[in-house]
Amino acid sequence: MKNVHPVLRGLLMLVVGALVGYGVGLFLDYAVQSGFFANATELRFNAPVPGLFSLLIGATMFFFGLVGYRGVTRGLVFQVVGTLAGGLLVTGIRASMGLSLWGGFLFTEPAWVLGGLVGALAFLVGVGAVTDWWKWALGEPTSEHHHDEPGFEKYFGVSLDHKVIGVQYTVVALLLISVGGLFALIFRTELAASQLQFLTTSFKLFDQNGLQMYNSLMSLHGMIMIVSILLGIAGIMNYVVPLLLGAQDMAFPRMNAFSFWIAVPAAVLLLASLFLGGFDTGWTGYPPLSARAPVGMQMFFLGVFVAGWSSILGGLNIIATSLRMRARGMIAFRMPILVWASVATSLISLTATQLIGLSFQLVMFQRLFGMGFFDPDKGGNPVLFQHLFWFYSHPAVYVFVLPGLGVISELLPVFVRKPLFGYKWVAMSSLGIALVGFMVWAHHMFTSGMNEYLRVPFMYSTLLVAVPTGVKFFSWVATIWKGKIRTPTPMLFVLGGIVVFLMGGLSGPPNATVSTDLHLHDTYFIVGHFHDTIFGGFVFPFFAAIYYWFPKATGRRMSEFWGKVHFWLMTPSFFILTLGMMRIGLLGMRRRIADYDPTMGFDFTHLILTVTGYLIGVSVLIFIINFFHSMKNGEKAEGNLWESRSPEWLVPSPMPLENYEHEFEVVGEPYDYGLAGSRYVKFANEK
Amino acid sequence: MRHFVIVGILVIAAAVLTYAGLNAIGLMPVEASAQAIPIDWLWNLQVIAISFLFSLIVVPLVYSLVVFRRKKGDNTDAEHIEGNTTLEIAWTIVPLIIVVAFAYLGAYSLGETRRVDPNAMVIKVTGYQWGWQFEYPEYGFSSPTLYLPVDKQVVFQMQALDVIHSFWVPEFRVKQDLVPGRITEYRITPTLIGEYKVRCAEICGSSHAYMESPIVVVEQAAFEQWVGEQKLAAAEAEANATPEQRGQKLYETYCKACHSINGTAGNGPTWKGLFGHEVELADGTSVIADEAYLIQSIKEPQSQVVKGFAPMAFNATAVGIGDTEIQYIIAFIKTLK
Repeated sequence: MKNVHPVLRGLLMLVVGALVGYGVGLFLDYAVQSGFFANATELRFNAPVPGLFSLLIGATMFFFGLVGYRGVTRGLVFQVVGTLAGGLLVTGIRASMGLSLWGGFLFTEPAWVLGGLVGALAFLVGVGAVTDWWKWALGEPTSEHHHDEPGFEKYFGVSLDHKVIGVQYTVVALLLISVGGLFALIFRTELAASQLQFLTTSFKLFDQNGLQMYNSLMSLHGMIMIVSILLGIAGIMNYVVPLLLGAQDMAFPRMNAFSFWIAVPAAVLLLASLFLGGFDTGWTGYPPLSARAPVGMQMFFLGVFVAGWSSILGGLNIIATSLRMRARGMIAFRMPILVWASVATSLISLTATQLIGLSFQLVMFQRLFGMGFFDPDKGGNPVLFQHLFWFYSHPAVYVFVLPGLGVISELLPVFVRKPLFGYKWVAMSSLGIALVGFMVWAHHMFTSGMNEYLRVPFMYSTLLVAVPTGVKFFSWVATIWKGKIRTPTPMLFVLGGIVVFLMGGLSGPPNATVSTDLHLHDTYFIVGHFHDTIFGGFVFPFFAAIYYWFPKATGRRMSEFWGKVHFWLMTPSFFILTLGMMRIGLLGMRRRIADYDPTMGFDFTHLILTVTGYLIGVSVLIFIINFFHSMKNGEKAEGNLWESRSPEWLVPSPMPLENYEHEFEVVGEPYDYGLAGSRYVKFANEK
Repeated sequence: MRHFVIVGILVIAAAVLTYAGLNAIGLMPVEASAQAIPIDWLWNLQVIAISFLFSLIVVPLVYSLVVFRRKKGDNTDAEHIEGNTTLEIAWTIVPLIIVVAFAYLGAYSLGETRRVDPNAMVIKVTGYQWGWQFEYPEYGFSSPTLYLPVDKQVVFQMQALDVIHSFWVPEFRVKQDLVPGRITEYRITPTLIGEYKVRCAEICGSSHAYMESPIVVVEQAAFEQWVGEQKLAAAEAEANATPEQRGQKLYETYCKACHSINGTAGNGPTWKGLFGHEVELADGTSVIADEAYLIQSIKEPQSQVVKGFAPMAFNATAVGIGDTEIQYIIAFIKTLK
């Protein structure tokens, strides 16, 4: 096996692991279903437990084949063992209380919940994300400096280098985008025609019929994409912000590693929910529906809860780094605009994420302990959940888009060779959006039955968001105006991002206005609207950022040709997709339905939407192949490829450990393109 | 200056074309209620604003890309323009005014949709997984189809039995959630005779997509005739129905969404050939589907879950299914050989 390519070795192990896991799961399921051999029944090939074990052991073996027993492999082994240990602990307690020991998914619901939590914590121990803190607690010395192994293995274990962590975040984000996109293609296929085609009521998998499976996939598509966005922005911010600031690393490198690694078991928990009966609430998880969904609901809650830690701690780190670790001379209004955007986004994720964790935790406890927080029969209030939930989940969308808008503002001047128009206004508009974003949450609840007079102030506050957002658009157009515009791949994605975000922005106010929202709420118009905002505010800028900073990370550039194919395939498809969604949404297509009334005449539009969905999938696949292929085979690009003024481009790529060999001092404005003799930074070794 | 004039003309042309195009396609479904009028009026204003703002950004963007594109071999930077405070203030203040104006219009049109007619007929709407029930308290009967007289305001007192649902008729525009534990209100004045459907707009579980019921808007006279027929039919059916027929009616109202009678499995097991046969339960045991089992399963659906099905929380008592009604349902099940 030594001379086999590691990826091939990993894939071989994946197959072996998946088969072994399936067999073990099948056996356990059989044992539990037949009351431990009291009265044997048939083997359940489509049961939840074999599927779950297949996933867990298959993934573990994949990483074992790839990098051996270390880092992530050890983490996953610890997670599996921790989950079983936690589950058995609860089962033992239940035995002593005379309660039922086993459920349809092997463990009972409380056993899965504690098992899931213990498993996630065990992952962190196994991967080594808490080792240094543990040593500190024992008074043992730890190394102050990073020492990563050479080669690709360092990406599969705990590294304290912000550049390695940035790449780790980005790659996991791409992986989750692929999973979430795959889910979307599955249910988009079902939607291609009215009536049920393959997710029918006789479909049975993981204890779900077709309709239930549709709902699980649709719900998970939402949350997996959200987590992938949080990881994607964290990837960009982690990689780029310290470089822009001239810092050696983030303020808290160990916490940085912890923030990344906690997201991995969270993703495993989210995926596990699909196997444990799924759930049918959408990503919003409104009770009472979520209070009665299968065990998968709890795994989903737990996954989001754990992923939230990543976001909170990551935000804290970005703020501390930006406050404390700037180069000499970098006063606030000489910070690169992406740093402003990252601080704004981090302020939200540091302070608001707790609310989604809390709201999900309350439902979790309602299910586990019978606490009636949202149960009207026990004096609870279902609408209260929506307030708690949206208090995070609306500001969250600004978490998703602000870094992307920052990337747009950061890259535009480079490619138009002109200063960013109204730098201070653009910087302040990010903070403005972040602050106003805290006061708008109830616009998701105009039809919820909350006090109807409250709808009006929330309409005013929501529409206010248009003002700072407008400042950004006008400033971008003014930046481009009379620029000497170049359009390599990153710039194409910047421009695409502007137009797509504009469509998202302009389709927003009708939803923010109460009376028109009474029609638009919970329709495909909303689905089209928010896909525009997220693609324009995150996906396009994320791709732009990857194409732009890829040479910095690898010393090679991604293929321009395939980059352009990616852009020209994805952009028109995406326009058709979301405009089509809005069109049928206005005419009566509801959100989150597995099937639609054939008499409404949506069949043809839905078919087109499915085709465009596949085209987007193909374009992203092209991107991913380009990404991995260019790492080794891309054209060499070690210099200032984009002719940027930014400090990270003034030194050779890839960056060494601890970044700049010589410190720099900020001596001018960041975007003074066209001003003869001006410069932004001066390195210590320069005259 | 020349550039600004060209772009200005192009922006206006693009805005007019966009608006005309969107108008020609026709964006909204038929307008069938009085409440739809202020909503559609505001929506039209919004489409105008969207067409203009879209053109205002995209036209200069595309124009710049074409006209200011870097010439081959030109490696110099562009003109050094850092910003313009007057412009920045202008494009902060002007949008602010527009936004406040739109919010004011939004509040105004919301007020129009909430205009109260004190003589509005009350209908009690009940939403449950997965169906609708409409009770006419003035006339003392219930119907699975919602009949409404044209041009008369009705007010729905809405309740949900299990989870949150949302009452939406696209042609009426207005949407309102039904929340367990409280009564929500929905006012509508149908203005167009025709047949529509109420569609649940808030995800409510696996058969959410199918939670639709017919709505018929008719002339006042036709409405009164229908009411008369319903009252008569209700009384007659009440008097003459066999237990099996009563059971079937209950089935069609409350059970059909999950239990088929043709042998296919839905969210619940089929009822075809159920009575008297052995049923395998999720805990591995089996029972004979006798009367005692059926009574138990209807009253406490989670006590004996059939293998392969998720536990459901159908609340029979809450929809008024008591011991007598259960006997009717069982009588109906017995006919399903």
